[in-house]
Amino acid sequence: MGMTMTQKILAAHAGLDKVVAGQLINAKLDIVLGNDITTPVAVNEFKKAGFDKVFDKDRIAIVLDHFVPNKDIKAAEQSKQCREFACSHCVSHFYDVGKMGIEHALLPEQGVVCAGDCIIGADSHTCTYGALGAFSTGVGSTDMAAGMATGMAWFKVPAAIKFNLTGKLPANCSGKDVILTIIGMIGVDGALYKSMEFTGDGVASLSMDDRLCICNMAIEAGAKNGIFPVDEKTVEYMTGRCERKPVVYTADADAEYERVIDINLAEITPTVSCPHLPENTRKASELSDIKIDQVVIGSCTNGRMEDMETAYKILNGKKIADGVRCIIIPATMQIMRECTERGYITAFIDAGAVVSTPTCGPCLGGYMGILAAGERCIATTNRNFVGRMGHVDSEVYLASPATAAASALTGYITEPKEA
Amino acid sequence: MNTQGRVFKYNDNVDTDVIIPARYLNTPNAAELALHCMEDIDTNFVKEVKKGDIMVAGWNFGCGSSREHAPLVIKTCGTGCVIAKSFARIFYRNAINIGLPILECPEAVDEISANDEVSVDFDTGVITDITTGKTYQAQPFPEFIQNIIKNGGLLASLKLNGGNANE
Repeated sequence: MGMTMTQKILAAHAGLDKVVAGQLINAKLDIVLGNDITTPVAVNEFKKAGFDKVFDKDRIAIVLDHFVPNKDIKAAEQSKQCREFACSHCVSHFYDVGKMGIEHALLPEQGVVCAGDCIIGADSHTCTYGALGAFSTGVGSTDMAAGMATGMAWFKVPAAIKFNLTGKLPANCSGKDVILTIIGMIGVDGALYKSMEFTGDGVASLSMDDRLCICNMAIEAGAKNGIFPVDEKTVEYMTGRCERKPVVYTADADAEYERVIDINLAEITPTVSCPHLPENTRKASELSDIKIDQVVIGSCTNGRMEDMETAYKILNGKKIADGVRCIIIPATMQIMRECTERGYITAFIDAGAVVSTPTCGPCLGGYMGILAAGERCIATTNRNFVGRMGHVDSEVYLASPATAAASALTGYITEPKEA
Repeated sequence: MNTQGRVFKYNDNVDTDVIIPARYLNTPNAAELALHCMEDIDTNFVKEVKKGDIMVAGWNFGCGSSREHAPLVIKTCGTGCVIAKSFARIFYRNAINIGLPILECPEAVDEISANDEVSVDFDTGVITDITTGKTYQAQPFPEFIQNIIKNGGLLASLKLNGGNANE
């Protein structure tokens, strides 16, 4: 029996010819990542355990993104601790205010991660990089500390679910609608401990931003990782960007999958996850009586250039509905700059939206758009748990940038005409 | 090793945002964070929990964010063990790495009620509901994970094994 794409990457990083699902391995890490919330805990553990050196200063990435520019004094202390650690260990991929972006938009953009990598990150959405054909998974701060010290991590080799994609998305849908549909089908633990391997003829029609968005939310189905094969689009994206040479792994023809799920992209419709679980999906068209107070377009899921372009196309020359607050957050400084050059920022402001510098901010209820009791937000973020964006009696509806932008104009959840 | 205490019972899909809301994550201080453990779904937990008490929950406990603060606050509150039908994978890993005992046992979760007095023997995986007199057998951890727990967590284990956790 052959190996899945994920199993091949893990085998190579464990120095083994073959691994099987359930096997415990120790694998070499290409990148170890942390942010301003998880790194302080990791740094404390690293020091407490008596480590004084990182395994490789070029293989550690520390990104300040959750609460920066610092939201309060305590957040400032956490940023300071990250900064001091990065400086004392000469961490080359340290991203502070001015250079930072939301980690999972930033690292692919900057070429820090690439195909064939084995990556851990102390952030659950680290699974995003599977879009480039890497094995990448979220861990906690202690694993980050161990990874920084040794360059290794233990893994249980995951079994896999294969998603066979065919067809092409309708004009009003994007990667977000695909992943929300899948989570609605299999549930928030439908891929628990497993890989979600996306494959099939339909992959070619998905942009890199679509693939990054789809892998980003693999964790919302409980998965260990999501992964796409490397094709021409991946190679084009990585060319001139990645600092290391990508390595391409492909699943064996006789790889074993626990389940194969066929998805015809042409049948996807604009999809919304209702409170308070990402699996509570409905068609956007069925929710037109849901009145909203706030719209958030951004996050590691949907703050990329295509997402901004979609928002621009829908909002340009229009007005945000009365009584609706629309917050747009480009995910990196490069995206922010490009939005500025293309005139998007002016259009957003003219429409009545506010634009923030990159931050995770409202997605996790940090700041920059916290909800009061009884308020409702449609957001392009990734979680709609109780209290996720503010008060425990507030509600978050998850949707694509197109659905969020269309809803901003009407004040009700609205099916977009095109993405 | 064992623990005994009163049961706090929760449903499926308890996420790390309700275990410790992100609005408090501007500090890594466990004692300060522990004051807010579970508050978005159970404001009484922090007031009532005593050392050794046991959380019993449904499927996919600890889903969502990778924040290690979640198992850390549960442990810091004095909770002796979490018994669930299943755990989200990052939470599972984090709990082992920081030394919070967890057990998977769907039958026990179905039958144990809130406020029951329960004891857990970690060496055998036997869960005893003292209130009802029933016992349950939880899945034992693989030996590799038992070693991490025995050595006092991941980092202590690495130190003992010269950087290799899997020995």
